[in-house]
Amino acid sequence: MQQQHSLPGTSQDAPEAPAPASGSIPVVPLRHPVRMALAIVLIVLALGGAWDIAVNQRYHWDVVISYLFAPQILTGAVLTIVLTVVSMSVGIALGTVLAIMRLSANPIVSTIARGYIWFFRGTPLLVQLIFWYNIAALYPVIAFGLPFGGPALALGSANVLITPLGAALLGLSLNEAAYMAEIIRGGIRSVDKGQYDAARALGMNGGLLMRRVILPQAMRVVLPPTGNQVISMLKGTSLVSVLAISDLLYSAQIIYSNNYQTIPLLIVASLWYLLMTTILSFFQTKLERRYGRGFETAPKAARRAKTRTAS
Amino acid sequence: MNTAMVEAQGVRKSFGSTEILKGITLKIDRGSVTCLIGPSGSGKTTFLRCINHLEKVDAGRLYVDQQLVGYAERNGKLYEMKERQTARSRRAAGMVFQRFNLFPHMTVLENIVEAPIRVLGRPRSEVTVEAQTLLDRVGLGNRGGAYPQELSGGQQQRVAIARALAMKPKLMLFDEPTSALDPELVGEVLDVMKSLAEAGMTMVVVTHELAFARQVADQVVFMDQGVVVESGPPAEVLGNPKHERTQAFLSKVL
Ligand SMILES: Nc1ncnc2c1ncn2[C@@H]1O[C@H](COP(=O)(O)OP(=O)(O)O)[C@@H](O)[C@H]1O
Ligand SMILES: [Mg+2]
Repeated sequence: MQQQHSLPGTSQDAPEAPAPASGSIPVVPLRHPVRMALAIVLIVLALGGAWDIAVNQRYHWDVVISYLFAPQILTGAVLTIVLTVVSMSVGIALGTVLAIMRLSANPIVSTIARGYIWFFRGTPLLVQLIFWYNIAALYPVIAFGLPFGGPALALGSANVLITPLGAALLGLSLNEAAYMAEIIRGGIRSVDKGQYDAARALGMNGGLLMRRVILPQAMRVVLPPTGNQVISMLKGTSLVSVLAISDLLYSAQIIYSNNYQTIPLLIVASLWYLLMTTILSFFQTKLERRYGRGFETAPKAARRAKTRTAS
Repeated sequence: MNTAMVEAQGVRKSFGSTEILKGITLKIDRGSVTCLIGPSGSGKTTFLRCINHLEKVDAGRLYVDQQLVGYAERNGKLYEMKERQTARSRRAAGMVFQRFNLFPHMTVLENIVEAPIRVLGRPRSEVTVEAQTLLDRVGLGNRGGAYPQELSGGQQQRVAIARALAMKPKLMLFDEPTSALDPELVGEVLDVMKSLAEAGMTMVVVTHELAFARQVADQVVFMDQGVVVESGPPAEVLGNPKHERTQAFLSKVL
């Protein structure tokens, strides 16, 4: 498996720049015998490894196939998708707000955001999940109201309001927001200051300026690490098994704790995770292309600046 | 009857403890072209940004179209304007920057229609027609679908001028609009600016193009170290400078 990674590298610099048409002199392209040999060795090794895995009886491929579409696995996969989509959406929305707060000129606002990020990145996600799950022990009644014992509107018992799924979504979202806030902050800061001036000079301000001018440009920088976040969230949701939520991995674990087919069921779960990350990467590439529009090559102005200082 | 478009009375501005503008007093007539010249660091950009309230004035008064910039005057007191009001009053002036500052993620046409639609709330169809007319006017009628980075610097700056004009400003501010351009592209931008001046637009231009100033300006203002050293018609300030700092600067530039 590992060896296949190095294969694309061989094709990357393969297309040689065509030599400028130099009259009628024939051009013999440079050959790369060592590169070719290396590629062949790697292909043979990879195929051999794959063949080995396929014929090895102890993988129990028959069991893998029989459980691949088992209802329990499928509902587990759906739950994993729901957890990922909801937590990422809330995480990105809250992360954007936190990023803007963090960059605020108001020291109280930026300190609050900084404190939030410090806390949620600094404590283990597992602890946060268990904390939300046990919130009823700390706050038996959930209410909206004024602090310091002022009047409050009771919403109900924490035990009823915070279900295991609720605790899982709360924990994952709030944790994700802290990471997304830092990613989005980096994206916002990567946008040229001149863009603020130009937008303000046109009468734009506040939300409009952010939404139409700054954030779309920040997207270019934000998207690749966000793709990473989504994929690690997809697999990170398996942590919620501690709250007895039957996500994809936990469903597989329940099955193999009964039939002792540990490896085949872990393979089933992994195949589903692989499929999901593949689909996500596809969308990531599309989004990156969408927000890369207008940035395809080095800006002309920058290139000129370089040639100027050189002259 | 001809009230000033911009009137500065002892305008001061500091960044931290350094005072950059040390009392600028200046009048810019409606429909006139004023060229601001002076050595780098003398506060030309800062003054221009004050006119558009991209920087806050610390002391003195600055009127644009008889409106006090950034403050409301009530009962003998000055009240700082809210961000929303400031944004509204900024529309009086269009601004063109040294480094163009086009929105790179939008096409040329989108750059131009963005503010009229989102800020003024005007209908897209109407604004698009106007934008096309503006593009024709700056000689880029067929480049509406291009992204800024696909254009030369001169073309980008002409789009930036069209974008500012789309807001129908009462005056235009130019901050060294040709300084970032290759020499062969300077002319096309200056030509657009000349035609704008001929059409009667009030313009304040920070520039090192003295030939342009001589030909187009009604008033040349020489600034140094945060003060206006000398101002008057180009023939006087450029042709026969009275102050020795002006003479020294001109002998260096020429
Ligand atoms: N935002 C800022 N913060 C601190 N100093 C600034 C800022 N903007 C400009 N300055 C300083 O103000 C001085 C005048 O700048 P500027 O108005 O750009 O001059 P000019 O346009 O005439 O070259 C410079 O010394 C510059 O360093
Ligand atoms: Mg300047």
